[in-house]
Amino acid sequence: MNAKEILAACREESLPLSRIAVKRESEQSGVPGDEVRARFDRMLSVMEKAADSARAEEVRSVSGLTGGDAYRYEHYRRSSILGETLSLAVGCALSCSEVNASMGRIVACPTAGSCGIVPAAVLSTGRTLGLTREQMVDGLLCAGLVGQIIGEHACLAGAQGGCQAECGSAAAMAAAAVVEMLGGSPEQSFDAAAIAIKNTLGLVCDPVGGLVEIPCIKRNAGGVAGALCAADMALAGIRSHIPFDDAVEAMNRVGRQLPASLRETAAGGLATTKTGLELAARVGK
Amino acid sequence: MPTPSLFDIMGPVMIGPSSSHTAGAARLGKMAYKLAGGDIRKAVMYLHGSFAATYRGHGTDKALLAGLLNLNPSDERLRDSFALADQKGIAYDFIPTDLGEDVHPNTVKFVITSGSGETFEITGSSIGGGQVVVSCIDGMEVRFTGERPILITAHRDTPGVISRITTLLYEREINIGNMRVTRSREDRTARMYMELDSLCGQDLTAEVRKIPGVVRVKMLLPIDESDGGRKGEAR
Repeated sequence: MNAKEILAACREESLPLSRIAVKRESEQSGVPGDEVRARFDRMLSVMEKAADSARAEEVRSVSGLTGGDAYRYEHYRRSSILGETLSLAVGCALSCSEVNASMGRIVACPTAGSCGIVPAAVLSTGRTLGLTREQMVDGLLCAGLVGQIIGEHACLAGAQGGCQAECGSAAAMAAAAVVEMLGGSPEQSFDAAAIAIKNTLGLVCDPVGGLVEIPCIKRNAGGVAGALCAADMALAGIRSHIPFDDAVEAMNRVGRQLPASLRETAAGGLATTKTGLELAARVGK
Repeated sequence: MPTPSLFDIMGPVMIGPSSSHTAGAARLGKMAYKLAGGDIRKAVMYLHGSFAATYRGHGTDKALLAGLLNLNPSDERLRDSFALADQKGIAYDFIPTDLGEDVHPNTVKFVITSGSGETFEITGSSIGGGQVVVSCIDGMEVRFTGERPILITAHRDTPGVISRITTLLYEREINIGNMRVTRSREDRTARMYMELDSLCGQDLTAEVRKIPGVVRVKMLLPIDESDGGRKGEAR
């Protein structure tokens, strides 16, 4: 399936993306629609905890390399220059990613390394604009549908497509989700997703020491900022000149062109800087 | 690739930081726990490739041990598994090693000693997204992914033993999806591995054990992670 087909289905059945997502999943897996929604509701609960816990209390990563930044940011947030929604999004993204690095419980969406972006977008928008839990679940379903298309036509693993495939895909999923939650059209959701992909195209996966920490945690914060920016533009009626399906095709091609050293092997990029190597050596094996 | 499921994209719910190095590792540990019959006194884990290089930072060691304690990949006690194992008096060790060139980079070999002194050797790999495959059990090549039950036997290498085992399965209307037999000339023992299409009760193992010539029987049931971990959640 691609965005073009999904948009045709939305028009034909007068349904938003979240409903199309449930319908298709139900048809393919046999799981009743109510159960699909119920599982997403339970995922939302896990996300809420992950997005809040490292802001409320400092957590450290297993390696000891990172931690405490979500807490630090939360205390600064009142004087943030970003405004309520975006600053909350940054805080939530940091929290989810730090919880992940500390062996806490998260929802891989689409991966553990990019687990902060979709929750941060959905929760920050939902909470600051007073949306219902149902609307947030709709957002997550919409995010899932966008991820399905990327998974089919490109990939979602850093080892295959670089960070653009993880944080880039998550940003596209999050952007589409926010548009749907705020009453935008399915076309606007895919415009937002396309813009998010375009703005992360070519992003390499270069984790220090091969661990899901540096630069992954801050890339989640950057990813959600890009997602909200893309959603905001789409909601304003700004179109993506390059449609979503084309952007995904480009992402797939660019991923294949990335050398192995920039695909999660810790053999290039930030991982092989002087400091990156020193930090990796500190963790030992 | 074909369109992935909605739950392949959103989920699983898991303990971080890595689906392959943490969630998959916990799942492998749990398979080893089941294989050893749940009674473990000592476990030595030989870590290969990326597992050997990054196990401390990814908590792969904690996750493997948590699995051996029968914890699920989404259980928050994963990070405390060392203390839990100490409490239960289970000895453990992690040894980085090289299991060979063609071996998947995220591979572990468990050498487990049970409470009754039996030893088990299990090798498995975490192949991405939390998916795992057990490739070797006590020197026998297998392919157990935790989705279908498997039956493993060691029996005297004489005619008729296999036929009596398959007859038992036939009588219970259980189809065999995949099977393999290997034998050692030295001890005249054959080992057989069968992947079954449907569930069968543990009483089947007792029945198989009664067959003359059968030395050892092991049945592995699909991995159940059902503490709120239905498929698509804890997977």
